[in-house]
Amino acid sequence: MSRSPLLKPSRKTTRLWILCASLLCLGSATFLVLNAFSSNIVFFMAPSQLRDHPPHPSRVVRLGGMVVAGSLHHHPNTPDTTFDVTDGQVAITVHYTGILPDLFREGQSVVAVGELQTDQSFKAQEVLAKHDETYMPKEVADALKRSGKWDPRFGPPPDAASWNRMTATSHDQHP
Amino acid sequence: MSPISSWFHHYANPGVFLRLVRPCLLPLGTISVILLMTGLIWGLCFSPADWQQGENVRIMYIHVPMAWLASACYVALALCGILSLVWRHPLADRAAIEIGPIGCAASALCLVTGSLWGKPSWGTWWVWDARLTSMLILFFLYLGHITVIRAFDDSFRGQKAAAILAIVGIVDLPIIKFSVQWWNTLHQPDSISLTATPTISLSLMWPLVLCTGGFTLGAITLVNTRLCASLMERQVQFFSRRGK
Repeated sequence: MSRSPLLKPSRKTTRLWILCASLLCLGSATFLVLNAFSSNIVFFMAPSQLRDHPPHPSRVVRLGGMVVAGSLHHHPNTPDTTFDVTDGQVAITVHYTGILPDLFREGQSVVAVGELQTDQSFKAQEVLAKHDETYMPKEVADALKRSGKWDPRFGPPPDAASWNRMTATSHDQHP
Repeated sequence: MSPISSWFHHYANPGVFLRLVRPCLLPLGTISVILLMTGLIWGLCFSPADWQQGENVRIMYIHVPMAWLASACYVALALCGILSLVWRHPLADRAAIEIGPIGCAASALCLVTGSLWGKPSWGTWWVWDARLTSMLILFFLYLGHITVIRAFDDSFRGQKAAAILAIVGIVDLPIIKFSVQWWNTLHQPDSISLTATPTISLSLMWPLVLCTGGFTLGAITLVNTRLCASLMERQVQFFSRRGK
């Protein structure tokens, strides 16, 4: 018994439905896998996460956060440096021996690779600087700093929409 | 036959396609070269340096368009795969052969320029964070597609396998795009979005927009030129075989 030609889907329509169903299954499978592994996909742990869930000693972890203003100490005549990394809740002191990347500074986000010590300090084997999504010319940064609207040592710059207004007032104050 | 199908099959005719596309190639190419030259000269010579990256920021004028092109070419590849599997569109497979290498080159350049930027800025050539890893997977998907579509003596089988690969690989694109939002990564989040103010200064953004537009139009021209050449090559083969 044959069905009416209007009801019978063409082979193209059938193929399209099979494709949609396969893509839906594939998408869900990917979502579930990524969801299950999400704790492994994150690139670094914040200081408060590290404090709440201390990793097994001698396990290498990545600690990410902002370098606390005023905490950076270069030990004279050695490549040793000490600085604090914070997420705004907890600060962890990091000891590092080696060359710091160019973008490393107080107020910068960094990722330190190393081990958490028993005294809750962090011994880093490698320090990476993280760049944020802000791209601004030197003149704008200088104007913002001059106007006192932003100090790079205390965190990311203000909202980009306000740059023009802020740098304009700076010229009024400092002719 | 539904109107959509008849529209598809009208342009499936290589003769119609060639008549339509070939006259557009020269104007398209000219516009893309003008855009690209303006954008690159502006970006590489006249736009200001970034306050902390310094001159390294200029790598962005290649890196960002290449990342965009790699993703856009893959969307085109997957669309060709769907057209080929569902509608058996004869031009879709030819187009997929020509898009693959261009997308592959774009993703390779994206990875290389990113690595060159990463060493001075981050302090490392490479990290296994979600953004970098998913982009590397896209590069491997391109390599796989390029290989598979040419691997079979029976070209139909190769094209079918490549179409499936292209469609399956599409799950990588949202992962690349949203990796910087879903998980914390070393790679910075997007500076330009549809909903928020760009966090990139306009003096850096305009050359970037010009470069992206130029590279995109250039890639479209390149793909279509390759497609026209391959169709004409096939016509020449057909006529020379008939002549014997």
